Amino acid sequence: MGEEKRVAIGAAKQLKAVMAQHFYELDEAVKTKSKKIAWCTSVGPAELALAADFLVYYPENHAAILGSNRTAMDYIPIANAQGYSPDICSYLTSDIGAHLKGETPLTQAFGMQSVPKPDILLYNTNQCRDVYDWMSYYAREFKVPIYGINAPRNQFQIRDDVVKACAAQLKEIVPALEEISGRPFDIDKFREVLATSLECTHLWEAVLDTTTNIPSPATFFDHCIHMGPAVVMRGRKEANDYYRILLKEMQERVDNGVNAVPGERHRFYWDGMPIWGKLRNLSETFNSLKSCVLVSSYCNSWVFAAFDPKDPFRSMAEAYCSIFIGQDDNFKENYIADKVKRFSIDGILYHDSKCCSTNSNTRYGMPNRLKERLGIPYLVINGDLNDLRCYSEEQTITNIEAFVEQIEESS
Amino acid sequence: MKLFAGIDIGSCNAKAVVIDDKAGVVGSHVCRSGIDYQKSAREALKNALGEMSCNSMPIVSTGYGRHSIDFASATKTEIACHARGGFAYLPQALTLVDIGGQDNKVVKIDDQGKRIDFKMNRKCAAGTGTFIEEIANRINFPLESLDTLARQAKKSLKIGSYCTVFASTEILAHIRAGASAEELVRGVFESVVDRVMEMIPFEGTILLCGGVVEYHPFIADLFKERISGEVIVPPHPQLTGAYGAALFARESAG
Repeated sequence: MGEEKRVAIGAAKQLKAVMAQHFYELDEAVKTKSKKIAWCTSVGPAELALAADFLVYYPENHAAILGSNRTAMDYIPIANAQGYSPDICSYLTSDIGAHLKGETPLTQAFGMQSVPKPDILLYNTNQCRDVYDWMSYYAREFKVPIYGINAPRNQFQIRDDVVKACAAQLKEIVPALEEISGRPFDIDKFREVLATSLECTHLWEAVLDTTTNIPSPATFFDHCIHMGPAVVMRGRKEANDYYRILLKEMQERVDNGVNAVPGERHRFYWDGMPIWGKLRNLSETFNSLKSCVLVSSYCNSWVFAAFDPKDPFRSMAEAYCSIFIGQDDNFKENYIADKVKRFSIDGILYHDSKCCSTNSNTRYGMPNRLKERLGIPYLVINGDLNDLRCYSEEQTITNIEAFVEQIEESS
Repeated sequence: MKLFAGIDIGSCNAKAVVIDDKAGVVGSHVCRSGIDYQKSAREALKNALGEMSCNSMPIVSTGYGRHSIDFASATKTEIACHARGGFAYLPQALTLVDIGGQDNKVVKIDDQGKRIDFKMNRKCAAGTGTFIEEIANRINFPLESLDTLARQAKKSLKIGSYCTVFASTEILAHIRAGASAEELVRGVFESVVDRVMEMIPFEGTILLCGGVVEYHPFIADLFKERISGEVIVPPHPQLTGAYGAALFARESAG
């Protein structure tokens, strides 16, 4: 009997269409000046901009595209040479490098002459300081205003005073949005956008939860691709339409026994950033070892369950203060422990990303603590989200193969 | 006589070990890995076999070049093979340390020979065989003279960096300050031990393997000074991985 083949996810076609719509709308707005454009950090106050009738562009999404197609390696050195260190966020250095070179993959993919110029820059430091430095660069470059939320990190609890302060900062952005858009802020529209974004959260979370099934219908590597609309189209009904299609397909895959990794023998958790330029290689390596990486801290980070349209500013502040990356290790360990149990995980993979200390949970003893607590092994993969100078394919594959051998030996 | 072979294609050297059906070593050979792994694997195996006949001999390949050997019947990682070979030599709970040309591995093995955990060094080559070769070139001493030199040192020098380039420049600073070649080499050896000691907290019995300990046994003595538990070096530490691979070949043949 031949080897069972992987079945591609059919919704990829609709995914392509919805992502294309996002970029075509931005391009159209640039050409016709029909709408103002806000650049926003990936877990920044996007819903506020959407409610104010801006189109939202995400430099992090652009940087992930540069990582995926590996052109990041052409651009990072350009930013390095301009004084942006190889030790800081390689999303930032990829994106600024591409800007300095005047290139974007959006030209080839969507016929866009350049990335759409911003009218305002929005950030939230809930994930790291680098996003603020990144947006500050563009504020100087394009001479446009920059507004944002200075949320604390390493939180051991979501404190009420912090949420109040962040809600107040959100409100401070409103007059700027009104001034640039030339129209008054509509609180009902904001509630509506937040409700739409909340629905996106529920749908995306439901998609992610289908991998609790044994065997799993999808992998972390699939999720990295299919999370696109939850990042760039959240707050828009198109994202929700897409996730209804994807969720239906995932449920059908479960019902029909279509497995992401045929012959799945091991189930792994991925912590940390994806290695964008190696998604395919890693996916194939794990597939060949009958090992399914099926849940992650990363893809679950676009779940904002606290959104409440009845109390939009406060709930939005709370939701964005509650994201995984902004919490302390106690929170993160409980979070991962819960996922390990719910998703029947055999081992944890930690990506120690050279340039991303804030999303590398390997540096303060967490892997050893969780190993002790959960009784499952872990593997640290040294790499980077975009900078492949920090990644050794040989060492990584040997480590992964040895990890699977060890698990098989002990079972 | 039924034979089984293990071939370990490392970053520097290709090692072949041939065993009989009682797991006894009947032949072995080490040569440079070079740039044609297939060729060096054949050369190592041919020399290990000598006059012995090898019809349909099960062969397991390991090491960085393991996937390049098309005549191997199976592949295993070097972590698995070192653990297997190390446990065969010392069948008890132990921590195996392999200092190779390109990386260091620490493998924890339980009293049944199962791997509990493993760790490889970080990205830099400091603390590996390549680092020692680089330093030998830098101070212009033949590699094979280093062990004797290090043993003659009256004192050691601290080389703290885990970056090979920075370590080399530290050495330049020591040279400027008038350090002797003996002190420099001992400092380099101490730094190799330092880099390994940083990987995990060591306890219990340590089995030291790999080419670096084979060619520079003084490094094993330095380990013994640092570690409270027993430090054991097998007779041919460089062949541990290839021997483990041969044992896997023997097991696969039932």
